[in-house]
Amino acid sequence: MSAPAYVVRGLGASLGGSPILHGIDLELRAAAWTSIVGPNGAGKSTLLRAIAGLLPCSGRVELLGRELHDWPRQERARALSWLGQNQVAADDLTVYDVAMLGRLPHQGWLAPASRADQVAVERALRQTQAWDWRERALGELSGGERQRVLLARALAVEAQVLLMDEPLANLDPPHQADWLLLVRELVAAGRSVVSVLHEISIALHADELVVMRQGRIAHHGACNEVAPQRALEQVFEHRIAIHALAGQWVALPVTSIT
Amino acid sequence: MNLRQASLLGWGLLIVGLALAALGTCVGSAGLENLWRPLLDAGADPAERDMAWQIVTEIRLPRTLGAWAAGGLLGLAGALAQGLFRNPLADPYLLGSASGASLGVAIALAAVGGGAGMVGGSMMNGASFSMLSGSLWVRLGLTGAAFAGAVLAVMLTLALARGVGHTLRLLLAGVIVGVVLGALTSLVLLFSPESLQAMQAFMLGTTGFIGWTAWGLMFGCWCLCALVAWTLARVLDGLSLGEATAQTLGLPLAPLRAALVGTLALATGTAVAQTGLIAFVGLAAPHLVRAVVKVPHRQLMWLASLMGGVLLASADLLARWVIAPQELPVGVVTAVLGGGYLLWLMHRRSSGLHAGGLL
Repeated sequence: MSAPAYVVRGLGASLGGSPILHGIDLELRAAAWTSIVGPNGAGKSTLLRAIAGLLPCSGRVELLGRELHDWPRQERARALSWLGQNQVAADDLTVYDVAMLGRLPHQGWLAPASRADQVAVERALRQTQAWDWRERALGELSGGERQRVLLARALAVEAQVLLMDEPLANLDPPHQADWLLLVRELVAAGRSVVSVLHEISIALHADELVVMRQGRIAHHGACNEVAPQRALEQVFEHRIAIHALAGQWVALPVTSIT
Repeated sequence: MNLRQASLLGWGLLIVGLALAALGTCVGSAGLENLWRPLLDAGADPAERDMAWQIVTEIRLPRTLGAWAAGGLLGLAGALAQGLFRNPLADPYLLGSASGASLGVAIALAAVGGGAGMVGGSMMNGASFSMLSGSLWVRLGLTGAAFAGAVLAVMLTLALARGVGHTLRLLLAGVIVGVVLGALTSLVLLFSPESLQAMQAFMLGTTGFIGWTAWGLMFGCWCLCALVAWTLARVLDGLSLGEATAQTLGLPLAPLRAALVGTLALATGTAVAQTGLIAFVGLAAPHLVRAVVKVPHRQLMWLASLMGGVLLASADLLARWVIAPQELPVGVVTAVLGGGYLLWLMHRRSSGLHAGGLL
């Protein structure tokens, strides 16, 4: 059994002086997909940023068995890939150049792109069906197309752990399904994926569910178990109900108040 | 394919720049006046030939090449500023560097009093001959003062804006620093009226007093800045994806950003110290390049430099040509042309076309 992707102990973080995360303890399995879900303002994105090392925080975060801040910068950048929410996009770069930025952690300071870099970039762009636009500027693409390019940029890192904040933003249902397949492929190849998702029905496809409320973990468990599903309904104040439908779990909004 | 387009553009700009430099040696106080003929004509009067030779090598060539170099510095600074602040509207002057450089120059002029005032005065009278021998120390002093002023002003802007994360706050801080330092400059001049004339030329922007020393300084600085910018260009590419992504790509942002701000200030300060405040070149050069070809910052640096050089060299030609034998301050020409370009971009945008990322 390999080391967990993440071990988090007593993690606390504040934004603008007000505490957002309160003493979070969490262990995230390696080679698995973990979905972080919860209502708006529960601290999901803050948690993801904290474990990415993007926020000053208290407590202890271990990435792949090593304290996050003990990693050499470059090495950590190769082990951990980040796809942020509402990324300011480089409108003037071509799709190919954007994806190639994912190879920065692998490249020497002045070295040109190696054959391995080119292969990784092509694979990533093909995985998100963005290869055909490789010569177009990012600014010319629609929101969903851009998101696929940014996803390819994150994939091109070929990191062991991928953190994605709202990766489905602007994606239409077929591409959401593609994203699901892609994550499954990554996990099958031994990668660990941690995502923050608002699309609960998609999040329920994950291996594990971390349910958050008010900066704390309300529940953490396998997606196909009843307990996390009940916890999920609870943090959304029973305004959603989780049902089995055609072999999948779906979250439906509860419109009538009983 | 983009790289091929980029290298085509680069060669094109280089050739146009060289053509402008050649043309620049043929425009003098009497309008278009080809001095190459007496130079190349073996049968010409030796005295006439000497004179022609002197005019070409001592006045027109350094001035034209100087305009090219200053434009190159401003174009480079513009590309750096727009990448560093992730804002296509960022002008190298917007962050207070111009007002800082002005204050630095004003203080330096006031400190050396009449001497430098006279230097400036001679350039105002168009008698640029005496300026050509302008001592290296005066040049270095003015460059140093402009550079120090530019760096301090940019730092002050960054401190007031608490970093570069918030664009609006940054631009606002730049405006505040600009106004306050502008007021301080006026105050310094009030107490040192003898430097007023030199200062006026500085504010208008002129290439009229660039000699070989000034050219050498600018070219040397350009080499240094271009080298740093080229080395650090990937940081700007990374930053264009946002701070968080750049950080997770393993880029040590704080020291690299400091190095880039320093380079920006050096490039702006050097150009400003030699030519005064020349508007719009830094803003327009990277824009024009991006309107033609989409390239990473590593290529953009070169192209924006070349574009800036071509812009300023042609503005310099126009400034000398249009109302010859009188001469327009080149800063006025670039301001009018640059303003027109921005208006055109705005119009293009309002009529629904892509405006190259502006506004």
